Amino acid sequence: MSVVFKKTRGLTDTPLSYCPGCTHGIIHRLVAECLDELGILDQTIAIASVGCSVMSYEYFNCDSIQAGHGRAPAVATGAKRVHPDKIVFTYQGDGDLASIGTAEIVHAAHRGENITVIFVNNAIYGMTGGQMAPTTLVNQVTTTSPFGRDVSLQGEPIRMSELISTIPGASYVERVMAADPISVRKAKAAIKKGFERQMNKGGFSMIEILSSCNIGWGKNPSDSLKYIKNEMAAYFPLGVYKDKEKPV
Amino acid sequence: MKGRVTFAEDTCKGCGLCVEFCPKHILTLDTTRINSIGYNPAYCLDQENCIACAFCALMCPDSVITVERIDV
Amino acid sequence: MSKVLMKGNEAIAKAAIYAGCKAYFGYPITPQNEITEYMAKYMALSKGVFVQAESEIAAINMVYGAAGAGVRTMTSSSSPGIALKQEGISYCAGAELPAVIVSVSRGGPGLGNILPAQSDYNQATRGGGNGDYKVFVLSPNGVQEATDMVRHAFYLADKYRNPVMVLADGMIGQMMEPVELNIEPLETIEKPWAADGNLERGYRNIINSLYLNSKPLEEHNHVLNAKYLEWEANEVMVDYYQCEDATVLLVAYGTPSRIVKSAVNKLRAEGIKAGLLRPKTLYPFPSKEISALCPQVEFVLSAELSMGQMVQDVRLAVNGQVPVYFYGRTGGVVFEDKEIVDAVKSHLGGVK
Repeated sequence: MSVVFKKTRGLTDTPLSYCPGCTHGIIHRLVAECLDELGILDQTIAIASVGCSVMSYEYFNCDSIQAGHGRAPAVATGAKRVHPDKIVFTYQGDGDLASIGTAEIVHAAHRGENITVIFVNNAIYGMTGGQMAPTTLVNQVTTTSPFGRDVSLQGEPIRMSELISTIPGASYVERVMAADPISVRKAKAAIKKGFERQMNKGGFSMIEILSSCNIGWGKNPSDSLKYIKNEMAAYFPLGVYKDKEKPV
Repeated sequence: MKGRVTFAEDTCKGCGLCVEFCPKHILTLDTTRINSIGYNPAYCLDQENCIACAFCALMCPDSVITVERIDV
Repeated sequence: MSKVLMKGNEAIAKAAIYAGCKAYFGYPITPQNEITEYMAKYMALSKGVFVQAESEIAAINMVYGAAGAGVRTMTSSSSPGIALKQEGISYCAGAELPAVIVSVSRGGPGLGNILPAQSDYNQATRGGGNGDYKVFVLSPNGVQEATDMVRHAFYLADKYRNPVMVLADGMIGQMMEPVELNIEPLETIEKPWAADGNLERGYRNIINSLYLNSKPLEEHNHVLNAKYLEWEANEVMVDYYQCEDATVLLVAYGTPSRIVKSAVNKLRAEGIKAGLLRPKTLYPFPSKEISALCPQVEFVLSAELSMGQMVQDVRLAVNGQVPVYFYGRTGGVVFEDKEIVDAVKSHLGGVK
């Protein structure tokens, strides 16, 4: 008998508090597996953000610093600048990264901070009860867009991978999704690449992962994943938006 | 090649993603009972037909499943 | 080291580097820019970290990250920028992180102006961040003391794992005075709690201010409060000038206290026995020290460059023993000693 798959040591024994079928669970696992497989788990500082994943420090089996809402890239900058040989990553949702934290993510990329950003985009504010996010799709109903997102009042959803990729300091930006086994495998490869980029001191990387919110969207886990594949990926195209390893 | 899947039953939240993505359709939720955290846990109906693809484990958000390959 | 003439802001920055500050994060704002500029040059030369952040909010969060990772760090700003940092300061206090924040205060509210003022007393001592927390606040009366207090701030921050503020004003920031810097390296302390990514220590470190359940958060607040009680018992610093036989007590802090000192001299020359109590720590406030002088004085006058902020703490300390009066100028206007003399005289001989 050989083990093909078992729970990674990159995750603690604490059971995850996410909703049944939430893609946060999958993505946490992918990040933890990458850290373990790359042999960097014991030199990592995880920067937790604010959203459903606020308690990610309970789950990643490494040192962690909890940041205020949107501030994770600044906190990561502080930690990475004073410990350049450690691995520092942020794990942020769409409210955290694309709303209150827009200045921080843009400027961390702009300065070319040698960190890895895991951006979990599920087009809604899950933790606070399902409000509209900057990435909420047009016509999507949320608790603060009860008649559907209205472009004339609320603008169109913001495409962060595209935006960040225009910044010279960004080294690697890719958008993936966690919608089925193949896309989950591809997401893991992208996350791994983001950490390898940091290990090689190649600069700033951000991996945006299209994700689900079963409760916020009012769908069961299976339908949520179909929504990612069919609706979200149509507006947020998957792919590599920037890949330019900065000269060491 | 055959495979074996084991479930850490009391961390399963009955989300059903493993059931959906198993290409051999050998997983299901046990609707006759609930586990200690209050969900219908997933389990394998037909171990014989497991191919150790680990799609179930790939999709499980809670790392419930361990997958082994039986070397023949 | 011999005395040299230095601009306040630069002296503050240099003192911080001698005190072992290894990372500076800041943002330009008048009248403190020389601190940021000095750090930009000398942090690089001393192999430290310098980042001009995208905002004061980002800067305090970078401080939070560096402090959480166990490194001696600071930021500096002025009144409106300190307003932006309040969230980050609350997080530092809640997560028990050592951090030094230098505020070179200016006129307010809002954009105000860039001239010196003392209208941030409440901002510094009460804090605009959420929750029960305190920042240790030191307030220097000139460039020399500013450098000594910056060094003391790093010591206190590490000792108590708390943010410490050095509340200066635009005058200190911009003027040049003779300074003798303490160049002895400030002792470093072990930080076994730091999240510095060294898992060989055998356990994970988490820097956090979130306590989801009520009992743990209450207990945590008691832990924090115990520090503040210890400060009140052991860390108060105060300066007395001519208080032994004073019959009128003046309370003033920062650079304006030097003008009040001159007023005390003028009053004494006219036969009025005035004395000056100068708080050097604004929090912990020298309440006991002020209260102890009340039996011998006719009244207490708080003189500030504000509309009256420290006077509230003076009133609490005096606790009704004698009348408490206030004299202030603000908006960048600095009172002259003659104004203080006149104010004291106007209150002599009864309540006005």
